[in-house]
Amino acid sequence: MTEFFDPLAWLILLPLFWASGAFLLGPTRGARLAIVGVAAQLWLAIDLAVKVGDGGTAIRHAVGGWGAPLGIDLIADGLAAAMLLLTHMVALPLLLYARGYFAADASVARYFWPLSGFLLAGLNALFLAADLFNLYVTLEIVGLAAVGLVAAGGNATQIAAGLRYLFATLIGSGMYLLGVALIYGAYGTVSIATLTPLINASAASAVWIAAALMLLGLMLKTALFPFHYWLPPAHGGAPAPVSALLSALVVKASFYLILRLWLGPFAPLTGTIAWLPALLGSAAILWGSWQAIRAVRLKMLVAYSTIAQLGYLFLIFPLLGPDGLALQAGGMQVVAHGLAKAAMFAAAGAMIHVTGRDAVADVAGVASRMPVSLFAFALAGVTLMGLPPSGGFLAKWLLIDAALTQGQWWLVAVIIAGGLLAAIYVFRVLRQAFLVPAQGERRHLSHRAPPLLEWTAFTLAAASVLLGLRGVDLLRLLAVGSGP
Amino acid sequence: MKRAAIIIFAALFAFVLIVAMLELSALPSPKVNLPAAVAANMAASGVEHPVTAVLLNFRGYDTLLEIAVLLLVLLVVLAVSPREGKAPAASHEPVLQVLARVAVPVMLLAAVYLLWAGAHRPGGAFQAGAVLGAAAVLLHLAGLLPGWNAPRLFMRAGLAGGFLVFLVVASALLANGALLHFPPEFAGALILLIEAGLTVSLGLILAGLFLFLA
Amino acid sequence: MSTGLIFAGTGAILFAMGVAGVMLLAHLLRRILAFNLMGSGAFLILIGLAQRAGLVDPVPQAMVLTGIVVSVAATALALALTRRLHKLTGAYTLPATRDD
Repeated sequence: MTEFFDPLAWLILLPLFWASGAFLLGPTRGARLAIVGVAAQLWLAIDLAVKVGDGGTAIRHAVGGWGAPLGIDLIADGLAAAMLLLTHMVALPLLLYARGYFAADASVARYFWPLSGFLLAGLNALFLAADLFNLYVTLEIVGLAAVGLVAAGGNATQIAAGLRYLFATLIGSGMYLLGVALIYGAYGTVSIATLTPLINASAASAVWIAAALMLLGLMLKTALFPFHYWLPPAHGGAPAPVSALLSALVVKASFYLILRLWLGPFAPLTGTIAWLPALLGSAAILWGSWQAIRAVRLKMLVAYSTIAQLGYLFLIFPLLGPDGLALQAGGMQVVAHGLAKAAMFAAAGAMIHVTGRDAVADVAGVASRMPVSLFAFALAGVTLMGLPPSGGFLAKWLLIDAALTQGQWWLVAVIIAGGLLAAIYVFRVLRQAFLVPAQGERRHLSHRAPPLLEWTAFTLAAASVLLGLRGVDLLRLLAVGSGP
Repeated sequence: MKRAAIIIFAALFAFVLIVAMLELSALPSPKVNLPAAVAANMAASGVEHPVTAVLLNFRGYDTLLEIAVLLLVLLVVLAVSPREGKAPAASHEPVLQVLARVAVPVMLLAAVYLLWAGAHRPGGAFQAGAVLGAAAVLLHLAGLLPGWNAPRLFMRAGLAGGFLVFLVVASALLANGALLHFPPEFAGALILLIEAGLTVSLGLILAGLFLFLA
Repeated sequence: MSTGLIFAGTGAILFAMGVAGVMLLAHLLRRILAFNLMGSGAFLILIGLAQRAGLVDPVPQAMVLTGIVVSVAATALALALTRRLHKLTGAYTLPATRDD
């Protein structure tokens, strides 16, 4: 028996309610409803994080009152609570930003508000799910809502990017679903809590195939190198608020699920191949950074930077141990990159909004006209490079610490190289911004950015840097109910 | 080259998967026995058909999210569909029109039957909604129903209504201890209410996926 | 060999054909059909494997019903985007990506 205002249930119900409400209001309306709804969700997420952090144990909600394995359970442990907190800390500024961004021409974002409601409901449901089949449904909500947000603008580039993204996400969830079918065939249940003690290293080969299919499908959805091909057009081509939501949150959802499965039911199966995701992650860091360094368009630069930063998340797999250091590093990187990348896309969007052009070369002169946006971009860059006192610094520090403890020197080299490469692509933009634009180009800087756009980007960037100062609290939360 | 590699890999994968499933079938049945658990709790589920009991009671939360998926896809279809200038109804074949005029009332009857039958035999809201959607598509193809324009408030309420009824029931049951925690004595009536709402909305959504684009 | 296993084996073949199809076919309508083949394969395995003792298990049947609705939705989305792309570009294939 739980109270009526159980945050677990309402974090899923509330966005569904305001998404439906926004749909009833009409194609371009619902902004205020959405912002009030997300503010309430942020409050629920904080409430949940405090409860989980103070209680020191995971909180459970048995949907339907049946309990697993007959019914479906929702579980909030430290990692889930941290993800929910991140989601709403990113979503609230971004929705305010979106309101300013779409104010000029609402017709380019028809049904943006209800779609973002469904996306948030899907994310929250995914973070709380403890049932493999229920996770499949939440994965589909997140994937289809994300594709919808990319395509909703309706021009040919966006539709093509949406379709490419759609096929990637559908192959990924198809592989995941086949894995679930094999697991049900082998064990007669899809509840993670029931499965975890049943799976061991002598499992039938169908179970090994299932684990491989599910993890590969999720890696495709997380855009891990070499499955990253769909991400740059989708994240680089969508409107800025959508790019920010996608890069900060959506790719993290499938990573979260990989981590859940890796540490939970599939732990006995994955011990010997932990170097593989780390190898792909290293390749992602180098390749993504290189592509970001030579990108022509500003948003493509930021999108390729996402591929590189996602690589760091996969470095933790060979380091996961009983000390929980690597898991904390991964959680910290997820949160720090989520805030920083949302800030970076928001700042880039504001700059493109003002200059009317999207090439890196066109940001020339932005420094004097939009100092706040540029400062936000630079602060977000500080987190991506991993400079102190940012959250990114803390994440990389923990990661290097874990790698040194276990003697994995090559990972240390990759982490440091990745930071240097990030510095190159961030400074490439900053340098350009301080240049004086050519005479004929000045007219593009005629109007100023709406303050709402600049300051929401700045808030997100500042949060990603200040996160390093409050990192201890986050690390304490991440330690609740986690580990093997 | 790439083509041959993918085909060979796919064939190999199918072969390995079949061998693995044969190996699995030789093992004893799993210890977790959900069919038995379903059978033991049927009396408290409010319906008599086990699949309906799983769909709307034991795993009703999955179904709630599944309807959200349909609704959100409809939103994307509305967002990318052309805004005005709907093509007039397609065909004017007299034979097809007569057939449609005869078939549609029967399809409506079949939908109501499927909805009612769901409680104790195969059937239910989705099947009934699919028949309703098919009836609308048939009318359109026969030239009796034009494509739909961007929905007004009344239509939007119809499209989202079933989902909202489901959502309100699910959250009201939090007062009973948990999301979608049906009290056994009211479970049957509440499930019928949800299914009736869903039938109408699913019919409109499935028809809309076709007719908003027509 | 039970009937359940015949279903599951067919499902494995359909799934492999579907994946190969999605990866190989350029025409978007064919690709959407291939995706549906993939889904049907997974559903057949879910149902087929679960009833290998010869008894009917309602849980995977309900899951497959949910899965079918989700794949109907995904198919509708793919078709809507394909139609829109065709209207805008006149092609039923995705344009080649620029590597920037």
